[in-house]
Amino acid sequence: MTNFAHDLQVLYPELMLAIAGLVLLVGGVMRKGEGMKLISLLTVVAFIGAGYMVLTSGSGKELAFAGAFVSDGFSRFVKIIILAGSVLALLLAQGTFEQRKTARFEFPVLVIFATVGMMLMVSANNFIALYMGLELQSLALYVLAAFERDNARSSEAGLKYFVLGALSSGMLLYGISLVYGFTGSTSFADVATVLTATKMNLGAVFGLVFILAGLAFKVSAVPFHMWTPDVYEGAPTPVTAFLAMAPKAAALALTVRALMTAFPHSAHEWQQIIVFTSILSMGLGAFAAIGQTNIKRLMAYSSIGHMGYALMGLAANSAAGVQSVLIYLTIYIVTTAGAFGCILAMKRDGEPVETISDLAGLSRTQPALAAAFAALMISLSGIPPLAGFWAKFYVWIAAVQAGLWTLAILSALASVVGAFYYWRIFKTMYFDEPAPAFDGDVDRSVSGIVAGSVILNLAFLIPIVGAPLIAAAAEAAKALMP
Amino acid sequence: MSHLLSIITFLPLLGAAAILVMGGEGEARARNARAIALITTLVDMAASLFLWANFDGSSAAFQFVEQADWLGFGITYHMGVDGISMLFVVLTGVLMPFCILASWESVQKRVAEYMIAFLVLEALMMGVFCALDLVLFYLFFEGGLIPMFVIIGVWGGQRRVYASFKFFLYTLLGSVLMLLAIVAMYLYAGTTDIVTLLNSTHFPPEMQTWLWLAFFASFAVKMPMWPVHTWLPDAHVEAPTAGSVILAGILLKMGGYGFLRFSLPMFASATDMFTPLVFTLSVVAIIYTSFVALAQEDIKKLIAYSSVAHMGFVTMGIFTLTHQGVEGSIYQMLSHGIVSGALFLCVGVIYDRMHTRMIDAYGGLVNRMPFYAACFLVFTLANVGLPGTGGFVGEFLTMLGAFKVNTWVAIFAATGVILSAAYMLYLYWRVVFGKLIKPSLQTIQDLSLREIAILAPLVIITIWMGVYPKPIFDVTTASVEHLLAQNKMALARDKAPKLASAAAKEAHP
Repeated sequence: MTNFAHDLQVLYPELMLAIAGLVLLVGGVMRKGEGMKLISLLTVVAFIGAGYMVLTSGSGKELAFAGAFVSDGFSRFVKIIILAGSVLALLLAQGTFEQRKTARFEFPVLVIFATVGMMLMVSANNFIALYMGLELQSLALYVLAAFERDNARSSEAGLKYFVLGALSSGMLLYGISLVYGFTGSTSFADVATVLTATKMNLGAVFGLVFILAGLAFKVSAVPFHMWTPDVYEGAPTPVTAFLAMAPKAAALALTVRALMTAFPHSAHEWQQIIVFTSILSMGLGAFAAIGQTNIKRLMAYSSIGHMGYALMGLAANSAAGVQSVLIYLTIYIVTTAGAFGCILAMKRDGEPVETISDLAGLSRTQPALAAAFAALMISLSGIPPLAGFWAKFYVWIAAVQAGLWTLAILSALASVVGAFYYWRIFKTMYFDEPAPAFDGDVDRSVSGIVAGSVILNLAFLIPIVGAPLIAAAAEAAKALMP
Repeated sequence: MSHLLSIITFLPLLGAAAILVMGGEGEARARNARAIALITTLVDMAASLFLWANFDGSSAAFQFVEQADWLGFGITYHMGVDGISMLFVVLTGVLMPFCILASWESVQKRVAEYMIAFLVLEALMMGVFCALDLVLFYLFFEGGLIPMFVIIGVWGGQRRVYASFKFFLYTLLGSVLMLLAIVAMYLYAGTTDIVTLLNSTHFPPEMQTWLWLAFFASFAVKMPMWPVHTWLPDAHVEAPTAGSVILAGILLKMGGYGFLRFSLPMFASATDMFTPLVFTLSVVAIIYTSFVALAQEDIKKLIAYSSVAHMGFVTMGIFTLTHQGVEGSIYQMLSHGIVSGALFLCVGVIYDRMHTRMIDAYGGLVNRMPFYAACFLVFTLANVGLPGTGGFVGEFLTMLGAFKVNTWVAIFAATGVILSAAYMLYLYWRVVFGKLIKPSLQTIQDLSLREIAILAPLVIITIWMGVYPKPIFDVTTASVEHLLAQNKMALARDKAPKLASAAAKEAHP
């Protein structure tokens, strides 16, 4: 019994959130038709509470439910990022949905369930737990993508996401079953022990490849990225913002843990695959984005490229690598939140506009917005002094340390190509003749997030902001090292 | 005093912030922005001159050093100047007020943003020369792309978008390779502190080769050296006058500074190995771009190509590894900073009146603009390298250095001097001399007071640099001596194991 109590204690933040989700769901149904403001607010409170619980839940490594879940420095770090991403997404969504009269209480509730799924993903220490967390998250996200149900594009996005997501889940499960069949266990630790003792056999390699295919779909790494541009473009913008932040962090963290703890001695096998997908993601993210005219599609390719850089840290297979992935994800989420805030501010007569040419001459009609958007684009392109540079810097340190020179050089070249399209937005806003101005009534929480994002991007230079993050990521990375 | 370098570096940011928060609309805002920018740059100039006055030229050590914790793991905030970097700080400080003044009337749209861009750029350029940490250096080095991109792209000419992207992408491509080299150095040495890397880190020769090439990729583009110079004429032609001044006056010097700061002392054996390459590229640059300059019809483009040729003297001088060559290069960079900046200002003067840069559109200006013709003549001759002007000292010393090392290089470089006289005098002749027959020029006005205030000090500096170079050499000599000693020592250490193993082979065949 005490054992069970202890198991529950390890998962307190997730349990609390799950209960909060159920209560808010019932509450929302009972207050039907009163918008989502209150529910949204309570959800944010719940997330902050969960964040507090994660932060205060000790410092060591604790296993629960016979080792199926683990709470360690790594999971705590990622959970904080995920919760922050979810809070940011909710704040971005509130005003927009209300303005479009599509504010329904289901949105925050679905975000809660997706977040619980993500938190379980990063704590998963067993393939079954991994799958459970992943599906809980994915199903909530499918619904969210189709959230504007009267909008054909949104429904289409949801359907595409669902069909392709189901396929990838199938591949993942197939891989898991193969690994189970050849090692006799689903626990990461046992799989690692068996594979170390017996050497990697062909069946397990197949399993590994299928698992990676499934996970690559979730992080939208090439060649399993095809859904990303369509879903990003079709889904309502606040949902796209959510998709681009927390789920990416969760899926990538899950991949890191699964590979580094379940296959630590088969690094040679999976490293090649990660290097391969990383190069392809960076290359495709850079080249395919050049031709885009829709800003949301562009952000989709941008996120594909960024996942390529983050995977580079994983390819290094070292503590420095994990540290760099964590730094990368943190900076990426902060910057992406601001960028989507800017995209949400793009509307004329209450209708959202999404083409890049709509931004023309923004520096003259709305100088503050243009400056913020430009700063975030520069950050995403990895030019100092903005934080995006540090994200890439630490990833390169990890890759070079691991001797992955080809990967490092190709990624550097891809970053130059990538810089071109980010700076094209910068150019559109500053060099071109002004297009008609956007509506000035930007939601206060949106402008707050944009300002905060820019300030954090610059503040990374200040020792009290940058150094603790780097140190915390280094500490969290130790948890995955044997 | 102990934070002087930080003050010099970040003061312009303070000015930029002041412009940002300052109120006012339309013309009032523009006037305030100009005033704040001018005051800030003047104060910064005074601070940089104060720095010079307090600099101890007899020491090769870094002075005015500041160090503080930054990102941890061996990356610190470390600032300091020695005899090599100090004068570049002064050059930046001195040129900036002229840039602001030159834009006083010619820039009429988005004045506040223009001034902010220049102030941010000044801060970043100061930072490049003061940084004593590789990461900090890179931050400033690459951060400078942002304001320069904006300056070319927003206030530039017809093909400004093309020029700004070309400038940005060329420079970025070189820089990311340098960044990877910085990462490799960090992993090897466990620190990015430049002083530590200079004094107590010894990179293995094979590694040096790669590091040297990566740094070369960045600095060669920045210099720019032939054949990666093609972004420069485009950027110069499209940039507004003050942008061209900064580009030619200071940004190009970052490449030469980089060679002196990193390539020579840190990668000595690679420097030794690649010297012929640099000599070849320099000589090609000197001769080829001089011929190209001869054929130009756009004044700014001509000066841009002449900059490439002059930078060829700088790279040549640096890699002679002789005292004369290196000091001459530094001198050449400083004088070229003043002279080419002044030449662009001269072009700006007539461009503001006629709105064309085509040589054909001018002729006979001396008749209506005698003061202008006189100033332009001084800078033209300084660019040619006439004794008595700043241009002579540097060119002469670099050729002297080259002559000691490789006669052929010196001979080829000397032909470049003749060519530079050809294209500059040809330009001067076509623009200033002859009869004033063009109807559009009949009413052209001579220099205004503001323009005289801009050009006169530069004339004085140019001539002063030509007749009394001692104050400058007083600053650089000790540091250059130290740099060359460092290079020799490192080279000897790299060669020692090879000699030892060769000797061992002979002894035991």
